[in-house]
Amino acid sequence: MQALGLDVLFKGKNFLRLLGGLGVALKISLISVALSIPLGILLGILMTRRNRVLRAILRLYLEALRIMPQMVLLFLVFFGTTRALGWDLDGETASVIVFTLWGTAEMSDLVRGALISIPKHQYESAEALGLSKAQMHLYIILPQAIRRLVPLSINLITRMIKTTSLVLMIGVVEVIKVAQQIIEANRMVSPNGAFGMYLTVFLLYFIACFPISLLAGKLEKSFRE
Amino acid sequence: MNAAVLQEYLPLYGKAALLTIRLGILGVLLSILTGLFCAAVQYLKIPLLKTIVRVYIELSRNTPLLIQLFFIYYGLPKIGIRTDPAVCGVAGLTFLGGSYMAEAFRSGLESIPPIQEESALSLGMTRIQAAVHVILPQALSVSVPAFVANVIFLLKETSVFSAVSLMDLMFTAKDLIGLYYDTTEALFLLVVFYLLMLLPVSILGSIIEKKVRYAGFGT
Repeated sequence: MQALGLDVLFKGKNFLRLLGGLGVALKISLISVALSIPLGILLGILMTRRNRVLRAILRLYLEALRIMPQMVLLFLVFFGTTRALGWDLDGETASVIVFTLWGTAEMSDLVRGALISIPKHQYESAEALGLSKAQMHLYIILPQAIRRLVPLSINLITRMIKTTSLVLMIGVVEVIKVAQQIIEANRMVSPNGAFGMYLTVFLLYFIACFPISLLAGKLEKSFRE
Repeated sequence: MNAAVLQEYLPLYGKAALLTIRLGILGVLLSILTGLFCAAVQYLKIPLLKTIVRVYIELSRNTPLLIQLFFIYYGLPKIGIRTDPAVCGVAGLTFLGGSYMAEAFRSGLESIPPIQEESALSLGMTRIQAAVHVILPQALSVSVPAFVANVIFLLKETSVFSAVSLMDLMFTAKDLIGLYYDTTEALFLLVVFYLLMLLPVSILGSIIEKKVRYAGFGT
């Protein structure tokens, strides 16, 4: 245990602190997901509209947020708004803003993809049966689109959780930062702490994401059949 | 925005971009090799190796690159495996990318119905001929969109390299902001350089996707 630096983990409240750090990361991702999903659905529906200008604007938003590494987006919001607008955002708020903007873009593309994947004859048959536009969407299109959408949006949650690890770089005290603090504090008594602590954080992330990935995979399979 | 500052920063960003591109390309190439190997193992259902590959894929896909890099760079030296930052960056990117590539290739292989292989065999082809001439051309073209998305994803992920003190674009920007407080200029160049790197790849990717579909293979 000493050689692998795992002993530090069980000293005092170290493990609980680590879990607290993970909680901060999860909180940021869950808030961002909760905001991204409704906004993304809205934008995704708007993207299937025939209005060219609207579509071009939304497309630009999507591509701009997608092509930039999320870390660059974090820097832009965290450092950029301070200089350009004089805002004094704390790290967590900046992270939620960035991940919501990014998540909304990703979600809108998933929604658009799900909507246009519904074959045209579904719309036409609904009309031929005399359903109104609202009925058509409510009873025919949405149930089919949602089936395709659910596994993909669950995947978005794990992507969000993994991406929130980046908030470390703008000074948010999350699980990796807590691990660093614990390693530093125990440098003398446990010089190998870095191995054990980072391994633990690695596994914590895995434990947080793996069940969600499994669920997404299961749902995807069951919806395909 | 101050032109003199931009001019002064430009060479620094150029150097950083070259480093990012070099390590990014190397990481992507190694990821492709790893991915091909893993997909082959899964397709051929080699016992034991198949299980190891599955565990690797799940571990790699469900953890962020940042902690993978931290573990390689700060954790592994404690048990005697020391790497310099560049090797660590490429190793981390390959560890992450290998599983994404493997999934892309695997989904391509799985999309080809068994009847294709059976027909090839009944025509008197060997298994290897069937794989090379019948299965792979179809499977690879199905994999193209996922493959292109992965390449862009991996190039974007190189921005995490700054965490293990590699002098990449992110590191340079953060350094300059900390030193001179010319935030606007530093961030502007950061965005410009990432666009210069990623836009061509993205455009090339969508051209390739269209070409492949035009050939009548893909979906």
